[in-house]
Amino acid sequence: MASQSSSQSLFFRLHIDLTLLMGLIALIAIGQIILYSASGESMALMQRQGVRLGIAFIVMLFIAQISPDTMRRWSPVIFIIGAIMLIAVLLVGTRVLGAQRWLDLGLFRFQPSEMMKLAVPMMLAWFLSSGNIPPRNRHLIIALAILLVPVLLIAKQPDLGTSLLVTSAGLFVIFMAGVSWRLIFGFIFAGIAFTIPMWLFLMRDYQRQRVLTMLNPESDPLGSGYHIIQSKIAIGSGGSFGKGWLNGTQSHLEFLPERHTDFIFSVFAEEFGFSGILILLSLYLFVIFRGIYITTQAHGTFARLLGAGIVLTFLIYIFVNIGMVSGILPVVGVPLPLVSYGGTSIVTLMAGFGILMSIHTHRKLLAH
Amino acid sequence: MAQRQHLKDHFIEQRIFHNRSIAAIFFTLILFSVLLSRLFFLQINSHEHFTTLSQNNRVSVQAIPPTRGLIYDRNGIILAENLPSYTLQIIPEQAADIDTLLEKLSLLVNLRDIDIKKFKKEVRRKRRFEGIPLRFRLTDEEVAIVSVNLHRLPGVEIKAQLSRFYPYGKATAHVVGYVGRINEKELKRLPVTNYSGTNHTGKLGVEKSYEALLHGQVGYQKVETNVRGRVLRVLERSNPVPGNDLYLNLDINLQKVAIEAFENKRGALVAINPENGQLLAMVSMPDYNANLFVNGIDSKTYKALNTSWERPLFNRTILGGYPPGSTVKPFFALAGLELNVIQLDHEIFCPGFYRLKGKAHKYRDWKKWGHGKTDITKSIVQSCDVFYYDLAFQMGIDKMHKFMTYFGFGKKSGIDILGERSGLMPSKEWKKRVRKQVWFPGETVIAGIGQGYVLVTPIQLALATATLANGGQHFQPQLVSSIQRKDDLFPRRVSPQVVHNVPILRKENWQEVHHAMTEVIHGARGTARRLNKPDLRYKIAGKTGTAQVFTVAQDATYKEDELEERLKDHALFMSFAPAQNPKIAIAVVVENGGHGGSVAAPIAGKVIEAYLSQFSDEQLKSPAKKEAIEKPAKKQHTPVSIDPDKTAAILHEEHQHG
Repeated sequence: MASQSSSQSLFFRLHIDLTLLMGLIALIAIGQIILYSASGESMALMQRQGVRLGIAFIVMLFIAQISPDTMRRWSPVIFIIGAIMLIAVLLVGTRVLGAQRWLDLGLFRFQPSEMMKLAVPMMLAWFLSSGNIPPRNRHLIIALAILLVPVLLIAKQPDLGTSLLVTSAGLFVIFMAGVSWRLIFGFIFAGIAFTIPMWLFLMRDYQRQRVLTMLNPESDPLGSGYHIIQSKIAIGSGGSFGKGWLNGTQSHLEFLPERHTDFIFSVFAEEFGFSGILILLSLYLFVIFRGIYITTQAHGTFARLLGAGIVLTFLIYIFVNIGMVSGILPVVGVPLPLVSYGGTSIVTLMAGFGILMSIHTHRKLLAH
Repeated sequence: MAQRQHLKDHFIEQRIFHNRSIAAIFFTLILFSVLLSRLFFLQINSHEHFTTLSQNNRVSVQAIPPTRGLIYDRNGIILAENLPSYTLQIIPEQAADIDTLLEKLSLLVNLRDIDIKKFKKEVRRKRRFEGIPLRFRLTDEEVAIVSVNLHRLPGVEIKAQLSRFYPYGKATAHVVGYVGRINEKELKRLPVTNYSGTNHTGKLGVEKSYEALLHGQVGYQKVETNVRGRVLRVLERSNPVPGNDLYLNLDINLQKVAIEAFENKRGALVAINPENGQLLAMVSMPDYNANLFVNGIDSKTYKALNTSWERPLFNRTILGGYPPGSTVKPFFALAGLELNVIQLDHEIFCPGFYRLKGKAHKYRDWKKWGHGKTDITKSIVQSCDVFYYDLAFQMGIDKMHKFMTYFGFGKKSGIDILGERSGLMPSKEWKKRVRKQVWFPGETVIAGIGQGYVLVTPIQLALATATLANGGQHFQPQLVSSIQRKDDLFPRRVSPQVVHNVPILRKENWQEVHHAMTEVIHGARGTARRLNKPDLRYKIAGKTGTAQVFTVAQDATYKEDELEERLKDHALFMSFAPAQNPKIAIAVVVENGGHGGSVAAPIAGKVIEAYLSQFSDEQLKSPAKKEAIEKPAKKQHTPVSIDPDKTAAILHEEHQHG
């Protein structure tokens, strides 16, 4: 017992939350196992992802060392830099596959929208924690304005998935700040009303098409409905216990598109079945609940709001990804967090968990 | 700013945050429940449905076409075989740059613009890992050149396929026929499953008529494919059953002798073994190369063949209807005798013309001044027309029709290849039914010398000659002699079929006709006496014929050389040999050839000579050992039917018996 408490305090001093870390490592481990299968047993791809995971862990550890107070002070600066870069992307960004998302910084390409997933909740948490809780209507309008600027800039790239995640991060911060339920429901109705002009003016053709095929994928089995049909076949044919690791026919015979990125969940469902899914979702739930616990224990309004925004965005990540591959949400290009192949998103995610760890481990120091 | 912080109420803030955290937990649980119920629906409730879809995705069934049966002649010389044919193809997926590759290739093999154009069209249509043909039928030299350069031509591949080849493509085109690519009409008729891997089907001749036996049974393999259709592994395989090999009665060397004898003349020759109805040679001239049709003939060549006035594509042996002319005389002489219209000592006086009682019209003899006193022998040897005008008039058309039908005139011969015509032997009933007119006595008169409505095909004339030669056994002519199934040790023989026997009144009548026909060659004044050579080991019986294509006006003189080539008479000759124990019966038609004796008879003579040279003197004198010949009563159980569907059924039946 004594050694356990001393090791716990060791991690505490290193600003690591061991419980959260365990959950993350378990998820990443499962992710690596299924990525190996989904990539067609490609070691090269596994190595690349390994390097990214290493970077992501270092980023997480680094951020965990920064106190929430420091973060709070830097929040407006980070947000403004992020917003300027978003504008820069629209003006001089690199165009890849029809979307202008990257800034070429010479050494590497950088995706400012990814940074905004953290910068927006930080900025809102900073703004709202500076005023009254619950915020007054005036502050609320300003908060929404702060949120709307980056969201529109990102949607314009276009990057529907990221703008959705940034929006939810911001809204969750506002929600946690105690906006009245009346306003929330009013906002939901307004949101529904807003979808009509969005559908007509803001969404690109391919996005509209995605929504339409989501509603009826069989209408276009070889075209845009193909992804969803094949994904549903992969998930459904997995059954209770799955076809076994490396034995998924839908993925290994390449019927399933984008199987190591956005559609990796379908590979998992095909090979490990419903029982495997229960384990995976339990782990996600564990991480989310641990995150919510951390925010309830957090000291200071900024830390609470930011922590909750990060955790609930993680939830949205999971819900949107699984929802889209199982055919209840349109395909918007959101990866399965900690599992999908891809560098930027995993670094941002781990940075977010670094913030949560910082919130948790700097708590007592603040109290002293 | 400072003021705002003063106003903060920590207690309220704590409470709000607490409530919101609980709401967040509920929110999380709701979203997870939505996901789980959706996944439960997909994985547990609809599991079977999606399992089926997943199976359908990955497993596909591929047909393995059977190897087509081979065709041999009577001596085992191969007439239709399957040879590897080399196709140059490119797999776009493996080729770095198709244009450079094409450029490199064009230096090595002959590439036409049309080849490249077709290829580029295919590239856009097919999948990237599929080989796309660029050139068909590479020569051996081209195969060698490409093969040694293959290492610097990534994506290029030479594919060997079996392609039908006819070593005697010209000589056998009308008999063996050819295979060609299955067309839309055939696609509807052919059994879908059995032809799922087959590209070719018999189009003509034996290849068409014996399609069901030659084709074989398709095989299958179940394969696992990926999303692009690339085969990853074979899950299950059932081998195809190759088609049956066929042995023909045809003698390819005899066939070649006949073709050579024709030189450049148009016409047809059919040779039958009168002992059993086996077809020894079938020639239709001009011929064409059957190999042109196997992988698609180019439209220019086809048009040239199809529109040529010489009609090389027309199989004259079974389709050509010719007035038989004087070749019918031996049959009518026999008819008169057997029907008791005339007796053996019958004699007439021939003044050079014949006139019906009370009519002015003169039916002229070919000999302007007449033959004088003419008996049966003389009427055949010198081919007196007046004798037969008179005989025909005495018999009447219906008796003639009845008797000639015994010999197969006006009826399909029943040869085992499809598409023959039935010719025409008129009767009063026929004219009333088809022409809606009454029969005129004058028509009987000209029918007596094989003119007027009478039409025969060369196969009919040969068959009738065989029946006349063997003393009345009317066989079904057969091309296929035996069928070799792949699993059998020995081929199954197709036994000869007697359709019926001609009723015989007096043997002497037949002998008289045979004697007269022998005199046609061996008599001093015979119309085909040029066939009589001093060193001949046997006697030949025959009858010449010259069929009018052009009606000579009354009292006009017939000037042959003034007539245009195409209006010249057809030269005919029917014959059998040896006269005593006939081993070959033959019919020759030379279109616009002129006189039968001078043009058609020498062709028959060469074929007879070539065929009989294989027999010793002993064999020539004695009849061949009688094979088991099926009696006419058993006619319904024909082992070789030419309906492809029926052949399959028969084969199936046989299989059950065996």
